[in-house]
Amino acid sequence: MPVHSFQEHFDSLIDREITIEPKDWMPDDYRKTLIRQISQHAHSEIVGMLPEGNWITRAPSLRRKAVLLAKVQDEAGHGLYLYSAAETLGITRDEMYNQLHTGKAKYSSIFNYPTLTWADMGAIGWLVDGAAIMNQVPLCRTSYGPYARAMVRVCKEESFHQRQGFEIMLTLAKGTEIQKKMAQDAFNRWWWPSIMMFGPTDAESPNTEQSVRWRIKRFTNDELRQKFVDVTVEQTKVLGLEMPDKDIKWNEERGHYDFGPINWDEFWNVVKGNGPCNKQRLDARKNAWDNGKWVRDAAMAHAAKRKAREGGVKAA
Amino acid sequence: MTNDKMNITKNEWPLWEVFIRSKAGLDHKHAGSLHAADEQMAIENARDVYTRRMEGVSIWVVESKYIHASDPGESASLYDPANDKIYRHPTFYELPDEVKYM
Repeated sequence: MPVHSFQEHFDSLIDREITIEPKDWMPDDYRKTLIRQISQHAHSEIVGMLPEGNWITRAPSLRRKAVLLAKVQDEAGHGLYLYSAAETLGITRDEMYNQLHTGKAKYSSIFNYPTLTWADMGAIGWLVDGAAIMNQVPLCRTSYGPYARAMVRVCKEESFHQRQGFEIMLTLAKGTEIQKKMAQDAFNRWWWPSIMMFGPTDAESPNTEQSVRWRIKRFTNDELRQKFVDVTVEQTKVLGLEMPDKDIKWNEERGHYDFGPINWDEFWNVVKGNGPCNKQRLDARKNAWDNGKWVRDAAMAHAAKRKAREGGVKAA
Repeated sequence: MTNDKMNITKNEWPLWEVFIRSKAGLDHKHAGSLHAADEQMAIENARDVYTRRMEGVSIWVVESKYIHASDPGESASLYDPANDKIYRHPTFYELPDEVKYM
């Protein structure tokens, strides 16, 4: 049998589309890239609960309230699947929380925008979850096993999120003049941040090539963004709303919709922490963590006490 | 730095592996993992995290530190004994065409 280096063995698994599992040897950079990507994804799910949590108590009907609660609960679940996938790479849960709370780790910038009206619940489900699905479906075939398996679960649950959002938008768009205006206003505010969710252009994302090589990423940012624009333009026609981008135009030659320039200064500004709600979101997470400390400690103390008691009974 | 790290993780709830039987008659299958202070909380958390859509009729939880796993680096030698025994498979045996069912 020929002797291969660890690196050659790893490369050949990647080339043959064989999944990498936690105990397999992997290059340090592969591990680091995955920890960063998966934990960032987990943080996004957790912080992503906050803008919608804002509307649970003010949902317009019991049905809408139950649906929104279920959606937010799913997001907590998705965060937990992803945190445990990241933990298989050797980082602890508390380290990840610490990175989030100290600003060392990022989460999706979209959640730093405020949710001003009920229509925002529609726009978030339809656009933000729609963009997330576009990103996440290819990740079900990503090269790292625990991440891919977590994503399969996430994707199965995510499609109801987008549909409930579209349903809210459709109801408002077919409603009174004021309701329609509300839907259009939410669309206008969420459109640009949504297409920024795919990240910088391919020319500006130097890590894409390596991530595609490792099958951590299966499509580039621009490919996914284009796909999202194409389907959203069609869905907008069904809603009877106006695209917030006046430059949207079918390009026969490319077979895609062209769209206007993205304000990348705004994107980087929000990433750097200067978006409308960055501080509020991070404070909410830190407060939840700090104020929950006594509960975590009490649960551990209770478990230890019970164990000691049971041990005592057995010994007697 | 190491001290900081230890302080952060010192009080972390233990990690548990979750196994779920999706319906009666099937095996429990690994679903994922989660943190909980004790086994009762692990089962309740597993219900909330892994069975929000009726994915299970039975849950097992095992503290992750009790799982022992084979080493993928030793796969070749570990599975070597089974590698050359094709006579363990029914397709190894040739039957005359007259034998319709066996």
